[in-house]
Amino acid sequence: MAMAWIWTGMVALSLLFGLVNGSISQVANAAMEGAGAAVTLCLALAGVICLWSGVMEVIRRGGLAAGLARLLRPILIWLFPENRDNQEAMEALSANVSANLLGLGNAATPLGIRAAAAMKRGQIATNDLCMLVVLNTASIQLIPATVAGVRASAGAVSPFDVLPAVWITSICSVAAGIGVARLLARRESA
Amino acid sequence: MSAFDLVIPLILLGTAAWALYRRVDVFNAITTGAAEGLSTVIKIFPNLVCLLTAVYMLRASGAMEAMAGVLAPALHLLGIPPETAALMVVRPISGSGGLALGAELIETYGPDSYVGRVSAVMLGSTETTFYTIAVYFGAVGIGKTRHAIPAALCADIVGFIVAPIAVRLFFY
Repeated sequence: MAMAWIWTGMVALSLLFGLVNGSISQVANAAMEGAGAAVTLCLALAGVICLWSGVMEVIRRGGLAAGLARLLRPILIWLFPENRDNQEAMEALSANVSANLLGLGNAATPLGIRAAAAMKRGQIATNDLCMLVVLNTASIQLIPATVAGVRASAGAVSPFDVLPAVWITSICSVAAGIGVARLLARRESA
Repeated sequence: MSAFDLVIPLILLGTAAWALYRRVDVFNAITTGAAEGLSTVIKIFPNLVCLLTAVYMLRASGAMEAMAGVLAPALHLLGIPPETAALMVVRPISGSGGLALGAELIETYGPDSYVGRVSAVMLGSTETTFYTIAVYFGAVGIGKTRHAIPAALCADIVGFIVAPIAVRLFFY
Protein backbone atom coordinates (compact mmCIF):
# COMPACT_ATOMS: atom_id res chain seq x y z
CA MET A 1 0.00 0.00 0.00
CA ALA A 2 2.91 2.36 0.66
CA MET A 3 3.70 2.52 -3.05
CA ALA A 4 0.09 3.49 -3.79
CA TRP A 5 0.47 6.60 -1.60
CA ILE A 6 3.88 7.45 -3.02
CA TRP A 7 2.75 7.16 -6.62
CA THR A 8 -0.45 9.14 -6.14
CA GLY A 9 1.52 11.73 -4.19
CA MET A 10 4.06 12.08 -7.00
CA VAL A 11 1.34 12.65 -9.59
CA ALA A 12 -0.57 15.08 -7.34
CA LEU A 13 2.60 17.09 -6.67
CA SER A 14 3.37 17.24 -10.40
CA LEU A 15 -0.10 18.57 -11.15
CA LEU A 16 0.08 21.11 -8.34
CA PHE A 17 3.54 22.40 -9.28
CA GLY A 18 2.63 22.29 -12.96
CA LEU A 19 -0.34 24.62 -12.32
CA VAL A 20 1.58 26.97 -10.02
CA ASN A 21 4.66 27.18 -12.26
CA GLY A 22 2.63 27.27 -15.47
CA SER A 23 4.48 24.21 -16.71
CA ILE A 24 1.40 22.02 -17.06
CA SER A 25 1.84 21.37 -20.80
CA GLN A 26 5.39 20.15 -20.16
CA VAL A 27 4.02 17.90 -17.40
CA ALA A 28 1.54 16.32 -19.80
CA ASN A 29 4.26 15.72 -22.39
CA ALA A 30 6.60 14.37 -19.72
CA ALA A 31 4.08 11.68 -18.72
CA MET A 32 4.10 10.25 -22.25
CA GLU A 33 7.85 10.66 -22.53
CA GLY A 34 8.47 8.87 -19.22
CA ALA A 35 6.38 5.88 -20.23
CA GLY A 36 8.31 5.65 -23.49
CA ALA A 37 11.67 6.00 -21.76
CA ALA A 38 10.77 3.04 -19.53
CA VAL A 39 10.63 0.77 -22.60
CA THR A 40 14.14 1.75 -23.72
CA LEU A 41 15.52 1.39 -20.20
CA CYS A 42 13.87 -1.99 -19.69
CA LEU A 43 15.21 -3.33 -22.99
CA ALA A 44 18.68 -2.08 -22.10
CA LEU A 45 18.49 -3.93 -18.77
CA ALA A 46 16.88 -7.12 -20.11
CA GLY A 47 20.06 -8.62 -21.55
CA VAL A 48 22.16 -8.08 -18.44
CA ILE A 49 19.49 -9.38 -16.08
CA CYS A 50 18.95 -12.53 -18.17
CA LEU A 51 22.68 -13.21 -18.52
CA TRP A 52 23.25 -12.77 -14.80
CA SER A 53 20.31 -15.01 -13.87
CA GLY A 54 21.92 -17.61 -16.12
CA VAL A 55 25.27 -17.33 -14.33
CA MET A 56 23.46 -17.60 -10.99
CA GLU A 57 21.86 -20.88 -12.10
CA VAL A 58 25.30 -22.22 -13.08
CA ILE A 59 26.65 -21.26 -9.64
CA ARG A 60 23.70 -22.91 -7.94
CA ARG A 61 24.00 -26.18 -9.87
CA GLY A 62 27.78 -26.22 -9.44
CA GLY A 63 27.33 -26.35 -5.67
CA LEU A 64 29.52 -23.34 -4.93
CA ALA A 65 27.11 -22.17 -2.24
CA ALA A 66 27.59 -25.38 -0.23
CA GLY A 67 31.34 -24.83 -0.02
CA LEU A 68 30.88 -21.24 1.08
CA ALA A 69 28.41 -22.36 3.74
CA ARG A 70 31.11 -24.43 5.48
CA LEU A 71 33.43 -21.41 5.67
CA LEU A 72 30.70 -19.32 7.27
CA ARG A 73 29.98 -21.63 10.23
CA PRO A 74 32.13 -19.86 12.89
CA ILE A 75 30.65 -16.43 12.10
CA LEU A 76 27.12 -17.78 12.20
CA ILE A 77 27.63 -19.45 15.57
CA TRP A 78 28.69 -16.06 16.93
CA LEU A 79 25.69 -14.29 15.36
CA PHE A 80 23.10 -16.88 16.39
CA PRO A 81 24.07 -18.14 19.87
CA GLU A 82 20.57 -19.39 20.76
CA ASN A 83 20.61 -21.88 17.87
CA ARG A 84 24.24 -23.04 17.91
CA ASP A 85 23.15 -26.63 18.58
CA ASN A 86 20.10 -26.47 16.33
CA GLN A 87 21.47 -28.47 13.40
CA GLU A 88 18.52 -27.89 11.06
CA ALA A 89 18.48 -24.12 11.63
CA MET A 90 22.27 -23.80 11.23
CA GLU A 91 22.25 -25.68 7.94
CA ALA A 92 19.46 -23.61 6.40
CA LEU A 93 21.05 -20.47 7.83
CA SER A 94 24.47 -21.01 6.29
CA ALA A 95 22.87 -21.88 2.96
CA ASN A 96 20.79 -18.69 3.19
CA VAL A 97 23.75 -16.44 3.97
CA SER A 98 25.96 -17.95 1.27
CA ALA A 99 23.17 -17.61 -1.30
CA ASN A 100 22.88 -13.94 -0.30
CA LEU A 101 26.64 -13.42 -0.64
CA LEU A 102 26.57 -14.87 -4.15
CA GLY A 103 23.58 -12.70 -5.08
CA LEU A 104 21.21 -15.67 -5.46
CA GLY A 105 18.18 -13.73 -4.23
CA ASN A 106 15.59 -16.23 -5.43
CA ALA A 107 17.35 -19.13 -3.74
CA ALA A 108 18.09 -17.22 -0.52
CA THR A 109 14.51 -16.45 0.49
CA PRO A 110 13.11 -20.02 0.77
CA LEU A 111 16.29 -21.09 2.63
CA GLY A 112 15.95 -18.16 5.01
CA ILE A 113 12.32 -18.98 5.67
CA ARG A 114 13.30 -22.59 6.40
CA ALA A 115 15.87 -21.31 8.90
CA ALA A 116 13.28 -18.98 10.45
CA ALA A 117 10.80 -21.84 10.82
CA ALA A 118 13.45 -23.98 12.54
CA MET A 119 14.32 -21.13 14.92
CA LYS A 120 10.80 -20.10 15.79
CA ARG A 121 9.74 -20.30 19.45
CA GLY A 122 6.12 -19.17 19.84
CA GLN A 123 4.51 -16.00 18.52
CA ILE A 124 7.21 -13.53 19.52
CA ALA A 125 10.40 -13.02 17.51
CA THR A 126 13.49 -14.31 19.32
CA ASN A 127 16.81 -12.44 19.21
CA ASP A 128 18.15 -14.89 16.64
CA LEU A 129 15.08 -14.52 14.46
CA CYS A 130 15.47 -10.72 14.49
CA MET A 131 19.14 -11.16 13.55
CA LEU A 132 18.19 -13.40 10.63
CA VAL A 133 15.76 -10.80 9.30
CA VAL A 134 18.27 -7.98 9.78
CA LEU A 135 20.92 -9.95 7.84
CA ASN A 136 18.45 -10.51 5.02
CA THR A 137 17.30 -6.88 4.86
CA ALA A 138 20.89 -5.68 4.59
CA SER A 139 22.58 -6.39 1.30
CA ILE A 140 25.67 -8.58 1.70
CA GLN A 141 26.10 -9.30 -2.00
CA LEU A 142 29.72 -9.73 -3.12
CA ILE A 143 29.05 -8.80 -6.76
CA PRO A 144 26.13 -6.38 -7.28
CA ALA A 145 25.61 -7.50 -10.87
CA THR A 146 22.30 -5.79 -11.60
CA VAL A 147 23.68 -2.40 -10.58
CA ALA A 148 26.79 -2.97 -12.69
CA GLY A 149 24.48 -3.94 -15.54
CA VAL A 150 22.54 -0.70 -15.23
CA ARG A 151 25.82 1.25 -15.26
CA ALA A 152 27.07 -0.69 -18.28
CA SER A 153 23.91 -0.05 -20.26
CA ALA A 154 24.19 3.67 -19.44
CA GLY A 155 27.69 3.65 -20.95
CA ALA A 156 29.94 3.54 -17.88
CA VAL A 157 33.67 3.45 -18.65
CA SER A 158 34.19 0.63 -16.14
CA PRO A 159 30.86 -0.67 -14.75
CA PHE A 160 32.45 -2.52 -11.84
CA ASP A 161 34.67 0.31 -10.59
CA VAL A 162 32.10 1.05 -7.83
CA LEU A 163 32.74 -2.39 -6.28
CA PRO A 164 35.04 -1.23 -3.44
CA ALA A 165 32.65 1.59 -2.56
CA VAL A 166 29.71 -0.85 -2.53
CA TRP A 167 31.64 -3.26 -0.29
CA ILE A 168 32.61 -0.61 2.24
CA THR A 169 29.05 0.74 2.34
CA SER A 170 27.60 -2.78 2.69
CA ILE A 171 29.97 -3.62 5.54
CA CYS A 172 29.10 -0.43 7.44
CA SER A 173 25.39 -0.98 6.86
CA VAL A 174 25.42 -4.64 7.95
CA ALA A 175 27.59 -3.83 10.96
CA ALA A 176 25.15 -1.10 12.00
CA GLY A 177 22.23 -3.51 11.64
CA ILE A 178 23.94 -6.23 13.71
CA GLY A 179 25.11 -3.72 16.34
CA VAL A 180 21.70 -2.11 16.79
CA ALA A 181 19.99 -5.52 16.89
CA ARG A 182 22.39 -6.69 19.65
CA LEU A 183 22.00 -3.47 21.58
CA LEU A 184 18.20 -3.45 21.46
CA ALA A 185 18.05 -7.16 22.31
CA ARG A 186 20.06 -6.53 25.47
CA ARG A 187 17.96 -3.53 26.44
CA GLU A 188 14.67 -5.40 25.91
CA SER A 189 15.72 -8.35 28.07
CA ALA A 190 17.08 -6.09 30.83
CA MET B 1 42.66 -1.36 -18.87
CA SER B 2 41.60 -1.48 -15.24
CA ALA B 3 41.56 -4.59 -13.06
CA PHE B 4 37.76 -4.25 -12.84
CA ASP B 5 37.50 -5.01 -16.56
CA LEU B 6 38.49 -8.56 -15.67
CA VAL B 7 35.59 -9.06 -13.24
CA ILE B 8 32.93 -10.07 -15.78
CA PRO B 9 35.04 -12.37 -18.00
CA LEU B 10 36.59 -14.02 -14.95
CA ILE B 11 33.22 -14.67 -13.31
CA LEU B 12 31.84 -16.11 -16.55
CA LEU B 13 34.84 -18.37 -17.07
CA GLY B 14 35.28 -19.30 -13.41
CA THR B 15 31.68 -20.36 -12.80
CA ALA B 16 31.42 -22.23 -16.10
CA ALA B 17 34.73 -24.09 -15.61
CA TRP B 18 33.88 -25.00 -12.01
CA ALA B 19 30.41 -26.24 -12.95
CA LEU B 20 31.80 -28.21 -15.89
CA TYR B 21 34.32 -29.84 -13.54
CA ARG B 22 31.36 -30.82 -11.36
CA ARG B 23 29.74 -32.41 -14.46
CA VAL B 24 26.96 -29.81 -14.73
CA ASP B 25 25.43 -29.15 -18.16
CA VAL B 26 26.59 -25.55 -18.13
CA PHE B 27 24.82 -24.35 -21.24
CA ASN B 28 21.53 -25.86 -20.17
CA ALA B 29 21.93 -24.23 -16.73
CA ILE B 30 22.78 -20.78 -18.08
CA THR B 31 19.90 -20.74 -20.56
CA THR B 32 17.42 -22.00 -17.94
CA GLY B 33 18.60 -19.23 -15.64
CA ALA B 34 18.35 -16.66 -18.41
CA ALA B 35 14.74 -17.69 -19.00
CA GLU B 36 14.09 -17.06 -15.30
CA GLY B 37 15.75 -13.66 -15.72
CA LEU B 38 13.18 -12.84 -18.36
CA SER B 39 10.40 -13.21 -15.79
CA THR B 40 12.31 -10.74 -13.57
CA VAL B 41 12.44 -8.30 -16.49
CA ILE B 42 8.71 -8.72 -17.04
CA LYS B 43 8.13 -8.03 -13.33
CA ILE B 44 10.25 -4.88 -13.43
CA PHE B 45 8.74 -3.49 -16.62
CA PRO B 46 5.33 -2.29 -15.29
CA ASN B 47 7.12 -0.69 -12.32
CA LEU B 48 9.49 1.12 -14.66
CA VAL B 49 6.66 2.45 -16.83
CA CYS B 50 4.64 3.82 -13.93
CA LEU B 51 7.50 5.19 -11.85
CA LEU B 52 9.34 6.79 -14.76
CA THR B 53 6.10 8.46 -15.82
CA ALA B 54 5.72 9.96 -12.34
CA VAL B 55 9.40 10.93 -12.13
CA TYR B 56 9.34 12.66 -15.54
CA MET B 57 6.17 14.53 -14.52
CA LEU B 58 7.72 15.60 -11.22
CA ARG B 59 10.79 16.89 -13.00
CA ALA B 60 8.88 18.73 -15.73
CA SER B 61 6.60 20.43 -13.20
CA GLY B 62 9.51 21.81 -11.21
CA ALA B 63 8.42 19.86 -8.10
CA MET B 64 11.62 17.83 -8.09
CA GLU B 65 13.75 20.98 -7.88
CA ALA B 66 11.51 22.45 -5.17
CA MET B 67 11.70 19.26 -3.07
CA ALA B 68 15.44 18.98 -3.53
CA GLY B 69 15.67 22.64 -2.47
CA VAL B 70 13.71 21.99 0.73
CA LEU B 71 15.64 18.83 1.61
CA ALA B 72 19.01 20.17 0.48
CA PRO B 73 20.13 21.72 3.81
CA ALA B 74 19.42 18.56 5.82
CA LEU B 75 20.88 16.22 3.18
CA HIS B 76 23.80 18.56 2.64
CA LEU B 77 24.64 18.29 6.32
CA LEU B 78 24.89 14.50 5.88
CA GLY B 79 26.77 14.87 2.59
CA ILE B 80 24.01 13.11 0.60
CA PRO B 81 23.21 14.47 -2.90
CA PRO B 82 19.57 15.74 -2.78
CA GLU B 83 18.88 14.19 -6.21
CA THR B 84 18.79 10.77 -4.50
CA ALA B 85 15.97 11.74 -2.07
CA ALA B 86 13.22 9.84 -3.94
CA LEU B 87 15.48 6.80 -4.31
CA MET B 88 16.05 6.65 -0.55
CA VAL B 89 12.30 6.79 0.14
CA VAL B 90 11.32 4.08 -2.35
CA ARG B 91 14.31 1.70 -1.94
CA PRO B 92 13.25 0.04 1.36
CA ILE B 93 9.65 -0.39 0.13
CA SER B 94 9.86 -1.65 -3.44
CA GLY B 95 12.69 -3.57 -5.11
CA SER B 96 11.62 -2.91 -8.69
CA GLY B 97 10.69 0.67 -7.82
CA GLY B 98 14.09 1.33 -6.27
CA LEU B 99 15.82 -0.19 -9.29
CA ALA B 100 13.69 1.96 -11.62
CA LEU B 101 14.52 5.20 -9.79
CA GLY B 102 18.21 4.30 -9.45
CA ALA B 103 18.51 3.36 -13.12
CA GLU B 104 16.85 6.63 -14.05
CA LEU B 105 19.32 8.66 -11.96
CA ILE B 106 22.27 6.76 -13.43
CA GLU B 107 20.92 7.32 -16.95
CA THR B 108 20.14 11.04 -16.43
CA TYR B 109 23.26 12.15 -14.57
CA GLY B 110 25.58 9.65 -16.27
CA PRO B 111 27.01 6.45 -14.75
CA ASP B 112 30.40 8.06 -14.06
CA SER B 113 29.00 11.22 -12.45
CA TYR B 114 28.95 11.77 -8.70
CA VAL B 115 25.15 11.40 -8.43
CA GLY B 116 25.23 8.36 -10.75
CA ARG B 117 27.90 6.64 -8.68
CA VAL B 118 26.21 7.40 -5.34
CA SER B 119 22.92 6.01 -6.70
CA ALA B 120 24.69 2.83 -7.83
CA VAL B 121 26.33 2.34 -4.43
CA MET B 122 23.03 2.99 -2.60
CA LEU B 123 21.28 0.42 -4.82
CA GLY B 124 24.06 -2.14 -4.44
CA SER B 125 24.43 -1.92 -0.69
CA THR B 126 20.81 -1.88 0.53
CA GLU B 127 17.83 -4.22 0.25
CA THR B 128 14.04 -4.01 0.10
CA THR B 129 13.76 -3.88 3.89
CA PHE B 130 9.99 -3.73 4.44
CA TYR B 131 9.23 -6.33 1.81
CA THR B 132 11.78 -8.76 3.32
CA ILE B 133 10.45 -8.23 6.86
CA ALA B 134 6.89 -8.87 5.67
CA VAL B 135 7.89 -12.04 3.80
CA TYR B 136 9.89 -13.56 6.68
CA PHE B 137 7.59 -12.81 9.58
CA GLY B 138 4.53 -13.53 7.44
CA ALA B 139 5.88 -16.93 6.39
CA VAL B 140 6.51 -18.15 9.95
CA GLY B 141 3.47 -16.40 11.46
CA ILE B 142 5.09 -14.00 13.90
CA GLY B 143 3.23 -10.85 14.92
CA LYS B 144 5.61 -9.37 17.49
CA THR B 145 8.68 -8.35 15.49
CA ARG B 146 10.44 -6.64 18.44
CA HIS B 147 13.61 -4.86 17.36
CA ALA B 148 13.78 -6.24 13.80
CA ILE B 149 12.37 -3.14 12.07
CA PRO B 150 14.39 -0.45 13.90
CA ALA B 151 17.63 -2.44 13.48
CA ALA B 152 16.98 -3.06 9.77
CA LEU B 153 16.15 0.61 9.16
CA CYS B 154 19.32 1.69 10.98
CA ALA B 155 21.28 -0.49 8.56
CA ASP B 156 19.60 1.26 5.59
CA ILE B 157 20.18 4.75 6.96
CA VAL B 158 23.84 4.02 7.65
CA GLY B 159 24.11 2.67 4.09
CA PHE B 160 22.62 5.87 2.63
CA ILE B 161 24.97 8.05 4.69
CA VAL B 162 28.10 6.01 3.99
CA ALA B 163 27.42 5.64 0.21
CA PRO B 164 28.43 9.24 -0.72
CA ILE B 165 31.39 9.10 1.66
CA ALA B 166 32.64 5.88 0.05
CA VAL B 167 32.20 7.32 -3.45
CA ARG B 168 34.19 10.45 -2.52
CA LEU B 169 36.85 8.26 -0.93
CA PHE B 170 37.46 6.26 -4.12
CA PHE B 171 36.74 8.75 -6.88
CA TYR B 172 37.20 12.37 -5.74
